[in-house]
Amino acid sequence: MIETIGWIIIWIGIAFDILGCLGLIRFPDVYNRLQASTKCVTLGTFGIMIGIFLIHGFTPMGIKALICGLFILLTSPVGAHALMRGSIIFGIKLWKGSVLDRYGKEKLGGERIEDR
Amino acid sequence: MIVMISFLALCAFLCFYRILLGPTISDRMVAVDIMGIIFVGITALMAVLFKLPYLLDLAIALTILSFIGVLALAKYLGKRRLDD
Repeated sequence: MIETIGWIIIWIGIAFDILGCLGLIRFPDVYNRLQASTKCVTLGTFGIMIGIFLIHGFTPMGIKALICGLFILLTSPVGAHALMRGSIIFGIKLWKGSVLDRYGKEKLGGERIEDR
Repeated sequence: MIVMISFLALCAFLCFYRILLGPTISDRMVAVDIMGIIFVGITALMAVLFKLPYLLDLAIALTILSFIGVLALAKYLGKRRLDD
């Protein structure tokens, strides 16, 4: 029973991975791509790890999978946030269809959205 | 199991497309980060497939390497030194 739940969670994780990479292809600028791909891929790989933990239980393989999943869950949003802040300081423009740029307006001075 | 690894390999090819054609350096680095996490998933599934628990140690090492790489590039993009 619990093995079946584990396989179902692994399939859900793979579906999230595919959707995240599709977002990485289809979205217009770097901030949208980072938003889609990081959330979906984090949940996807974390789902794979939780599925392996549910299948194997408290064996060495299950415990290592659980530790790796928790590490991904902690570090991937931190890396994404640091990369987004670095790229907005570096001067990479937003997509021209964006409607609000509060960080660029307050911290960096002036409008930084590209002209329409 | 083979089908699952094939789907993840398809995801890695999509990320490789973005690495080749990304307009800016941030696009390429986002794609490299996501591809590293997908390789972690492939390694974990191969550990289950071949029944080798030490491949998960490799998965943990890949996660740490991807995280350190992204943080280093974020420091470089933010125009700060590494010891700042």
